[in-house]
Amino acid sequence: MSDTLSSADAHSTDPAPQSSEGRRVSGVSIRLDGVTKRYPGQDRPAVDAVSLEIPAGETVMFVGPSGCGKTTLLKMLNRLIEPSSGTIHLGDEDVTKQDPDQLRRRIGYVIQAGGLFPHMTVGTNVGMVPRMLGWDKERVTARIDELLDLVGLDPEVYRDRYPKELSGGQQQRVGVARALAADPPVLLMDEPFGAVDPITRQRLQDELLRIQEELGKTIVFVTHDFDEAVKLGDRIVVFDVGARVVQYDTPEAILAEPAEEYVADFIGAGATLKQLTLTRVNSLELKPVTSASVGDDAAEALARARAAGDEYIVVLDRRGRPISWPTTAEVSRMQQIPATVDEKLPVVGLGSTLNDALDTMLAASQGGAVVIGRRDSLAGVVSIETIMDAIQRTRSEVAG
Amino acid sequence: MWDYVLDRRGQIAFQAFQHVSLVVQCVLLGSLIALALAVLVYRSPRLTGLANGVSAIGLTIPAFALLGILLAPFGFGITPAVIAVTFYAALPVLRNAVVGLAGVDRSLIESARGMGMSRLSTLARIEIPLAWPVILAGVRVSTQMVMGIAAIAAYVLGPGLGGFIFTGLSRLGGANALNSALTGTIAIVVLALVLDLLLLLLGRLTTPRGIRV
Repeated sequence: MSDTLSSADAHSTDPAPQSSEGRRVSGVSIRLDGVTKRYPGQDRPAVDAVSLEIPAGETVMFVGPSGCGKTTLLKMLNRLIEPSSGTIHLGDEDVTKQDPDQLRRRIGYVIQAGGLFPHMTVGTNVGMVPRMLGWDKERVTARIDELLDLVGLDPEVYRDRYPKELSGGQQQRVGVARALAADPPVLLMDEPFGAVDPITRQRLQDELLRIQEELGKTIVFVTHDFDEAVKLGDRIVVFDVGARVVQYDTPEAILAEPAEEYVADFIGAGATLKQLTLTRVNSLELKPVTSASVGDDAAEALARARAAGDEYIVVLDRRGRPISWPTTAEVSRMQQIPATVDEKLPVVGLGSTLNDALDTMLAASQGGAVVIGRRDSLAGVVSIETIMDAIQRTRSEVAG
Repeated sequence: MWDYVLDRRGQIAFQAFQHVSLVVQCVLLGSLIALALAVLVYRSPRLTGLANGVSAIGLTIPAFALLGILLAPFGFGITPAVIAVTFYAALPVLRNAVVGLAGVDRSLIESARGMGMSRLSTLARIEIPLAWPVILAGVRVSTQMVMGIAAIAAYVLGPGLGGFIFTGLSRLGGANALNSALTGTIAIVVLALVLDLLLLLLGRLTTPRGIRV
């Protein structure tokens, strides 16, 4: 852990659980030994004798320029590409000695834009692997609802829709749900959030962090976006051409001490500010806020807000998710708390980085943001001043 | 002409049934053969080119010529008629099936394989359903086309409405010759339209809602 994180923790009064300690782990470790892939007609191997050990329950990010072999390496893990030589172990099992179809049913696989089958409903898509594994009907149905709920989509609303009726972000969520359907110990993600807009991408990242916090899978995630790698990864592997491992370490260590000039170049300028992507919202002091449910008596909520000295009231829908935050002045003109959804409501997750939080506030032209925790429930609010303070502190620490 | 039709309504109905039965069975058989061939070739660019070439050249062979050639080994009767009609029925379907299968998004196939679907079940549950609208369009074209070709099969004494046309043409100038030829032709056109409508309906019923445009 870097100084940045631990010192921020010291200031924190929020009892949010630390992600790296004592969390549930349902993943298995992955061990690669001298894994090589040669294509006929090419002098240099696409992947050249890679050896790596990925601990169980961690998220490991593969980053590197396009064509460096990171995707090829990922696809060798579930044998969509057969290695020319070398061995791959998932836990104690040798991957290369198994029936590939059986193997893949135990490894979740998420690709860009979700790869949903357009001729099947969302529910059918999610239930695909469990059905292949021969689960009975009730169990599959229950699992579909559970997973849609996990990725923040109301099963009643989305189960019977077709992929084309969903937004890009929602399709990607279904893609993640589908990959998790049979509760595989390992999840492979190949640039999954590459095709969505920045705001949606940030929300999807937050959601992945939250899901991983709950499930503790072993995740291998390919990206070319170093910020994404820093935000999501417990560890990062930086690759050069031929999938040469240049550096394999925690994000903090890579940012603090890039192994080679190549890594420093890859991280890019402003590495000091990049440290900000290491600081999470859950390490900040969150302010409690008055909340009210849709349909509540407005006057009563107003009284509570005034007593607490809040200028805003966060409105929660029936599933406890924040949907808007009217000012007390606005609420004073209401009879009842309305069900209107504020599309521009700035929302960040506990796992969001300070960068994300700042982005979100600026995009919504607001001086603060609503923070959500497990299953999108309200965790508090964070103000722009709190974030600026944290940034100041981080910068002076990094500089000093 | 109306009297002519009324007098022979039994015979016309029987020949119409024979005609449609020949066409439907041959289209079915031809489509299955074409689909099987398409599945074998669509992954290889070279074989795909070959299949498209065969289908283009095949369609230029005059039906009369093919039937003539088939007479030598098979003689007169149903066999050469079925072979010729099936051959023509298969060609448009082959072309469309290759195009349709090759047009399925590669990432979906990778996604299916990546979640542990076998080659065969990927084909049956992902690729063919997604290519289905294109394949079915081929079946419609082929049905329209072989309705006419089946008429020519009467030349080798195959079943169907072609008999009326040939009888009429061979006795041109004689009594009812024109009526006979017209009856055969109009009946074929009407039946072709009905079949097309039925195929359109089949398309509606069998295309999943998620990929309907």
